[in-house]
Amino acid sequence: MALDRWVALAFVALCCVYGYAAFFTMDDLLPPILQRNPVWPSTFPKILTVLGLVVGLIVLFTPKAPGDGARDGTIDLSRLGDYHVGQAIALLVLMVIYALTLRPLGFVGATIGFLVIGSLLLGERRFHILIPVAVIAAGSIWYLVQEVLGIFLRPWPGFLM
Amino acid sequence: MIEGLLIGLSAAISPFNLMMVVMGCVVGTLIGMLPGLGPMSIIAIMIPVAIGIGDPTAALILLSGVYYGAIFGGSTSSILLNAPGVAGTVATSFDGYPMARKGQAGKALTIAAIASFAGGTIGAILLMIFAPALSSVALLFHSAEYFALMVVGLSAIAAFAGTGQVAKALMMTILGLMLGTVGEGALSNTPRFTFGMMDLQSGFSFITLAMAMFALPEALFLVMNPARAATGDSGKITGMRITGAEARSIAPVIGRQSVQGFFIGVLPGAGATIASFLGYAVERNIAKGAEQAEFGKGSIKGLAAPETANNAACTGSFVPLLTLGIPGSGTTAILLGALLALNVTPGPRLMIDTPDVFWAVIISMYIGNLVLLILNLPLIPYIAKILTIPRTFLIPFILFFTLMGSYLGQNNSTELLILVGFGVIATILRFADYPLAPLLIGFILGVMLENNFARAMQLYRGFDFVLERPMTLGLLVLAALLVILPSFRAYRARKRAEGVADGD
Repeated sequence: MALDRWVALAFVALCCVYGYAAFFTMDDLLPPILQRNPVWPSTFPKILTVLGLVVGLIVLFTPKAPGDGARDGTIDLSRLGDYHVGQAIALLVLMVIYALTLRPLGFVGATIGFLVIGSLLLGERRFHILIPVAVIAAGSIWYLVQEVLGIFLRPWPGFLM
Repeated sequence: MIEGLLIGLSAAISPFNLMMVVMGCVVGTLIGMLPGLGPMSIIAIMIPVAIGIGDPTAALILLSGVYYGAIFGGSTSSILLNAPGVAGTVATSFDGYPMARKGQAGKALTIAAIASFAGGTIGAILLMIFAPALSSVALLFHSAEYFALMVVGLSAIAAFAGTGQVAKALMMTILGLMLGTVGEGALSNTPRFTFGMMDLQSGFSFITLAMAMFALPEALFLVMNPARAATGDSGKITGMRITGAEARSIAPVIGRQSVQGFFIGVLPGAGATIASFLGYAVERNIAKGAEQAEFGKGSIKGLAAPETANNAACTGSFVPLLTLGIPGSGTTAILLGALLALNVTPGPRLMIDTPDVFWAVIISMYIGNLVLLILNLPLIPYIAKILTIPRTFLIPFILFFTLMGSYLGQNNSTELLILVGFGVIATILRFADYPLAPLLIGFILGVMLENNFARAMQLYRGFDFVLERPMTLGLLVLAALLVILPSFRAYRARKRAEGVADGD
């Protein structure tokens, strides 16, 4: 089964969960006064569930159009092995680590770490350029956000300030 | 209209707003040039900055400057490297890159700059004429019509998604609408679908979603397939001048394509990309003999046509946004989200309640186009140096900016985890060839759609509004036709193809 069918199947499953929540769990919480209202908080989700199931099943069961192959320039899934999937996953993991360390490590430390490790993962080894670039970028962006835009960003680790 | 223009002039000419136009154009050009970052990602990245400004006029001026700049920057990388940074400038590379190969890169860039300028300016004039007219019609609309109009908009976006893609685009729209229902509801402020998580109480942030849908998958694709990031030395750019004869030959092309591009841009779902391809195709058919044979080999007409059309279409896409409050493209959907965050509700009331915002944006379109022309003609050889940044530096920065964009909106690091989660989902959806713009438009329109739907339901105590208001019924029938007709055509085409296969 092609990937788009799997996605459609996942979507139908999502609709079922969403629909279950809309049809069976939401109306119990509704205060009696609102029950006289022609439209409930669950009305719109119920309509969406029905539409979603119909469209999802159409996508799932429509036969594939002939000549509907991969176009130029887009990524061809059958050649997935040729791509740098490992690097992409590593960068995603790095983003999660950044999210988790942003508060404890402070903005400057976490950002320098993210930029340096990100470049290292992609194969950059010129540390004499890499580290200054990361330090200057992190510092100037912190300054812009904190001073120019006025949004608080803790620059240093929590125990320092 | 004159009065409006004066209001707009006085608002747009303030030093701060002028600075915003220039800054928007510069940032847009610089980032738009980088492969992998389209106008949607750039605007999404700039939204925290725009919201930080606080003044809706200045913010919208900044963001529309970024929009034009990004489209222009995209054409620069199309011409110099054959690596379009933006889908709307793919057609530019058909003739722009051959010209650059022939050593006429300077001339190609000049023609692109002039064509963009003309397309944008003529588009702005048309916008000035059509937006007030449409806006006065839209004032007659009730919530029932608004609901129906949004349904038409959403189904038009799906209908224009291309053959065989309609059902997929619809599926994405519905997914977007579903995501829009997470959080406190439109009517009663009861939390819905939050599964008890406090972080979901206020719903998903649209900046996070925009980043996850566009910037993150693009960056990941750049990582996975280095060929997409065709960076390299663009060489020396000389000979920027064009001759009088060349100017005369492209003038009619520019005239035709600015009008055509504008009207394509107005249609929901058909943005700069369709306008530029269609403009290129139309001009190739109109051209005769030797000129037609030159298309694809470095024809100046073939370069001017898509460049004019995509800029005019960008301007055209502001019409439904400013007059109806309904975005027709992913980019205008992001702009709508930014406006809502700044407490401005685009729609027919915009011209009456906040005329300064409306007219200042139109005036700033002229100024923005002028700035792009002045900025780009002399500076392009230097700006093009940004294309030499190696991808090992570029990609971590793109990822960092997407993270920052979504973090600054909420100041909450849970948002970053949501971003990565949605980014993975969006990448899978891209792999499976699902269009992502409908999802974002559905998400942004979802709340408004539900509000208008609920109001109409309350006014008519049920679904009667569909039958009692002929315009609502008409619009809903139109929406249904828009979805059914292309699907029916695809079905027939498939049946015919199967018949051919049987005959073998």
